[in-house]
Amino acid sequence: MRISVGPFNRVEGDLELSLDLDASGQVVEARVNSPLFRGFEQLLVGRAPADALVIVPRICGICSVAQSAAAASALAEAAGLVPAPNGVLARHLIQATENLADHLSHFYLFFMPDFARPAYAGRPWYAALASRFMAVNGSAAAEVLPARANFLKLMGFLAGKWPHTLALQPGGSTRAITAAERIRILALLREFRTFLETRLLGDSLPAVAALDGVDALAAWSSGRPGDFPAFLAAAADLGLDRLGRAGHPYLSSGAYGLFPAGIWSPQGEGASLDPARITEDAHHAWLADGPPLPPARDETLVAADKPSGYTWCKAPRYDGSPAEVGALARQTVAGHPLLRDMVRGTGGSVTARVVARMVELATVLPAMETWVQALRPGEPFCTHADLPDDAVGAGLVEAARGTLGHWISVRRGRIERYQIVAPTTWNFSPRDQQEQPGPLEQALVGLPAGEGAPPTVQHVVRSFDPCMVCTVH
Amino acid sequence: MLKVLWLQSGGCGGCTQSLLGADPRPLFTELREAGIEFLFHPAFSEQTGAEALALLEDCASGARPFDILCVEGALLRGPAGSGKFHLMSGDGRPLTDWVGRLARQARWVFAIGSCSAYGGFSASTPGNPLEACGLQFDAEEAGGLLGSGFRSLSGLPVVNVAGCPVHPGWVVDSLEKLALEGLSPTDLDDFQRPLLYAEQLVHHGCPRNEYYEFKASAQKASDLGCLMENLGCKGTQAHADCNLRAWNGNGSCLRGGYACISCTEPGFEAPGHPFQETPKVAGIPIGLPTDMPKAWFVALAALSKSATPRRVRENAVEDHAVVRPPIRKTGLK
Repeated sequence: MRISVGPFNRVEGDLELSLDLDASGQVVEARVNSPLFRGFEQLLVGRAPADALVIVPRICGICSVAQSAAAASALAEAAGLVPAPNGVLARHLIQATENLADHLSHFYLFFMPDFARPAYAGRPWYAALASRFMAVNGSAAAEVLPARANFLKLMGFLAGKWPHTLALQPGGSTRAITAAERIRILALLREFRTFLETRLLGDSLPAVAALDGVDALAAWSSGRPGDFPAFLAAAADLGLDRLGRAGHPYLSSGAYGLFPAGIWSPQGEGASLDPARITEDAHHAWLADGPPLPPARDETLVAADKPSGYTWCKAPRYDGSPAEVGALARQTVAGHPLLRDMVRGTGGSVTARVVARMVELATVLPAMETWVQALRPGEPFCTHADLPDDAVGAGLVEAARGTLGHWISVRRGRIERYQIVAPTTWNFSPRDQQEQPGPLEQALVGLPAGEGAPPTVQHVVRSFDPCMVCTVH
Repeated sequence: MLKVLWLQSGGCGGCTQSLLGADPRPLFTELREAGIEFLFHPAFSEQTGAEALALLEDCASGARPFDILCVEGALLRGPAGSGKFHLMSGDGRPLTDWVGRLARQARWVFAIGSCSAYGGFSASTPGNPLEACGLQFDAEEAGGLLGSGFRSLSGLPVVNVAGCPVHPGWVVDSLEKLALEGLSPTDLDDFQRPLLYAEQLVHHGCPRNEYYEFKASAQKASDLGCLMENLGCKGTQAHADCNLRAWNGNGSCLRGGYACISCTEPGFEAPGHPFQETPKVAGIPIGLPTDMPKAWFVALAALSKSATPRRVRENAVEDHAVVRPPIRKTGLK
């Protein structure tokens, strides 16, 4: 039996699942459809190269800054420009603000409300989690929205506004921070740290960042107050540490100079990332296709009636294989002992993906405090150079939900080609010419679905923190 | 309680992300206490799948009353009028059909953001292959998905809360104005934007005003000077209160060091020149302040440039102030 699941809310953008179920109601095959097409790669063609800085943030309202940063990096490479040191720090701060705010929104607004669903009435944790995390009316929403809004005031200082800033430039940032503003920014970071420690984590950030294995995590969380420990208790009860495993290699382009780039899988040693091995396959997309091509040579041409198509999303591959991206990928590639232990033990599960985001909150916020202190007011925040009339560049950055790549070609002073591979394009990729399913398609196999099934599919989908509007740029 | 039904189509979701940052009170509390609640919103409602579809169907059929339809994102009519560029997930019918049916049942229809108001970036690819439009406009032209004659059950045309993205306050205040005392056509400007934020210019309250007065212009990104002469700023023409109503606590585009691209105006996405460069004829910017004759501007600019203090002239081309205002004993008490 084939069922269609949608509309899939509490994800960014539009998502539909097509699930083939066996007689017992378990998923045998899953197909992921991104049912909205955006067409940004076409609209960039013919524009002035720097217009990309205005246009690409508008691909995505939730990882707008990541899009800006990827375009700025691609243009910097094309111009041979080295950003000012203050500009690099400002960019780290702006990207980290977005990424951490996204982790917070994901946990409280998108992911946790599923634990308040009536299907779980009767579980020992249900009453507490339902009153805390119920969509819109739960007690957490009224606390997390001001915490998020106040944290995003960093953007008011650093980037003018969020989303859709134009502060990120190839040479750094348009917004030089004054000595007085550094004081306010540090105060905002302290305010957010207090929220994380007292409400979300129930412990100090360094203590959470230092958790080094599955057993340490279990001992730490047992009986501890806080929203993350409450999730861990429910997740243990539901066995979410064994659900939603994709089994593909993890890929990260590295972030903030803090987490290295690379490829990692529990079966083997890690390897360095070679962007030249990335290709895109459009066999099952409603797009014209041929042999898989590297993004720098690829096209995006609509073929709306293609019989083999079932989504507007292409299938990115690394060395011909699907790959999973996101916080879990960043942290396993970076060698975080807790996340590696989880993946080696019970696999890259719903629980592991959530834990990875919490570890990032605990790790990155203290780093932000050191970046602010390293800013040198009075020294330049931006360097400048003219872009040659003919040039190419690539920019790979880490959005909250994983690796984002932009590839630009400029000819006679205009954008000739612009290709984008977004995080959820990796994670929610369709099958390719070899019929290899994408990470979510794989992760859904074997799960209960359909009439009367618990919301397991919902947990697995949202554990990836999908961003569909980016996917279908 | 006024019940809000929210749909997203050809857009980035950024207006919702911006709205969630409503300040100082949490969005849901703020609206609830003003008599407004969300019946369904794709980003944060609990209902999903069949349950969500049933709710939308009941609203579209008239079986379940609601008050306000908010649409975020452009309406995609392509390819070839099929609407296939955006089919409702789990349902397979074009979003354009859903929006059309729901708009007929709504007491008020709000376009949230410039995409659903006027088409936005989705409509700016040459030839518009997405066949994208706004609810009641194609850029500056009246029309759009619902047609220029459309009126919601209250008798009002679509309320265009334009901006890319919207400021959370524009949405919250527009909804609360409606809840408090209703909205009438005189509350909207010619492009159907609420005057409560669109009767100002971005220029009003611009922190670079002193540089503007003296025509002390920035020459490159990150300079402190006025961005109008060289770097593409349209703050003197763009209708919005961005420099009176701070973004994210302390920000605005100008405060962030970059040009206003007039994102509340229809057609802003295709200005016909690079966004970060000011088009000029004979050295004079084409886009002058909305209500200033060119000759006056030229005369004033020449005069003010000749009178620019050294402090303003030198700071304009730096990213931080290098000359401070002098302290003089003025005799003021």
